[in-house]
Amino acid sequence: MSELLQQYWPLFIDGALHTILSSVIALVLSLLIGTIMGITQVSTNKWLRGFANVYVEFFRNIPLLVIVMFFYVAIPMYLFNISGFWAGTIGLTIYTSSFIADNVRAGIETVPKGQMEAGLSQGLKRSNIMRHIILPQVFRIVIPPLGNQFINLVKNSSILAMVAGLDLMYFGDFVAMETFNTFDTYLLVGGMYLAITLPLTYAIKKLELKLGIHDN
Amino acid sequence: MKWMKHKLLGFSILLMTLVLVGCGEAVAEVDIGTRIQTEETPVLTWGVKADTNLFGFYNIQSSKIEGFDIDIASALTDEMTNGNGIADFVEVTSKTRIPLLKTGKIDGILATMTITEEREKQVDFSDVYFNGGQSLLVPEDSEINSIEDLTEEHTVLAIKGSSSTQNMRELSPQVEVLDLENYSEGFVALQSGQGHALTTDDAILLGMIDQNPNYRLAGQSFTEEPYGIAINKGQDFFHEQLEAALDTIQGNGVYDEIYEKWFGEILPAGAPGSPSTSTTGAAEPALDESGDE
Repeated sequence: MSELLQQYWPLFIDGALHTILSSVIALVLSLLIGTIMGITQVSTNKWLRGFANVYVEFFRNIPLLVIVMFFYVAIPMYLFNISGFWAGTIGLTIYTSSFIADNVRAGIETVPKGQMEAGLSQGLKRSNIMRHIILPQVFRIVIPPLGNQFINLVKNSSILAMVAGLDLMYFGDFVAMETFNTFDTYLLVGGMYLAITLPLTYAIKKLELKLGIHDN
Repeated sequence: MKWMKHKLLGFSILLMTLVLVGCGEAVAEVDIGTRIQTEETPVLTWGVKADTNLFGFYNIQSSKIEGFDIDIASALTDEMTNGNGIADFVEVTSKTRIPLLKTGKIDGILATMTITEEREKQVDFSDVYFNGGQSLLVPEDSEINSIEDLTEEHTVLAIKGSSSTQNMRELSPQVEVLDLENYSEGFVALQSGQGHALTTDDAILLGMIDQNPNYRLAGQSFTEEPYGIAINKGQDFFHEQLEAALDTIQGNGVYDEIYEKWFGEILPAGAPGSPSTSTTGAAEPALDESGDE
């Protein structure tokens, strides 16, 4: 296995960098979109709420591969050119954001309704109550499920291999084919994913402890 | 209780390692040749393509895989088992076929597989059963007319684990080569403009043109791709039987009939893909003995 690494390390490093880059971009964007969608799901506006619900239920319930293939194949065919890397990253962002939105919505719903009513009776605006009273609590509640989403996101980024996205899995496939040493190659690739996800898991655990999530 | 947790963890890791190592080593150990002779209705499992028009293509109406490779596999199975055996088909891709063979999930590979030196270190090959040649598929209005027209501006799509992707990287190192999962994905990627050309064997590309007339081959084929049937190393008796069966069907006209059925209209006599045996009718089993170029 060390021979594999010795001979192909530039490919593995290149792949790992693409995997990390794609994951970071998708993580930031999906957190942003997911939070907005989650809040919109509990909006008082019927149309906004409907839109967010459709978005979440649609993307949450179709395979990631379908979303990625859509961006890889359909968009360049009718609109503009898009590489496998970006098709994969956009697909990943949309897919993950629908799960995050659901986590955020669930988080908001765990905050007792009385807090919103109390705020309203004090003459505060809905948006202010949301921002200053409810969301800070939601943030603490959703950290553990969000951690799961982030880890899933890193692993799901292997979908890039399907659309020649030059990620770790893509080069893993390449090396496996070139050396015929399928077993060792995928073991190595698995180890490299672990090297990315384990520190992430650790960081999330730290954050949970710091926020005292397990205290109550 | 803490020590127990650790022990359990250690034990599960050990178990997992054992299972994984077991998977890696498990090559079918019984000689398939012996199995054919002792079992009453032996089942031979062939790894075939399901996305390659003319060679192995899943027909939705009959819900069966059909093609040249499938008919050859059936004919060989009949020949080896005197008509008592059953040919079973498992879908493979260029990426999965060798691992599946090595783990014993399939007995042989009949999946547009080129005989190469590298692969011969991993598997045993039969004599050549089809002569392919690598070519480029481009849209009708493309400016690419041969492999020489490719520059660093071009992206060529290829299929993971195929010999054509390796050839492409060696012959035109300046070109960006992107590997996709299988032929259908490769073709769809070409259609959506993810690459300027798709490269693989001409007979496969002709099969695509057959279904999508807006595409053409860019010039002559630039490599020779002799297809062989791959089996595991150490299956000497099975190898002999296979070789004999291949000789027989190439001699008695069965091979020619199958060839005519699939390529009669598409590959004119003398075209790059047609093997020497088919034009002469019968006789001469697999002329090129040295199937490793």
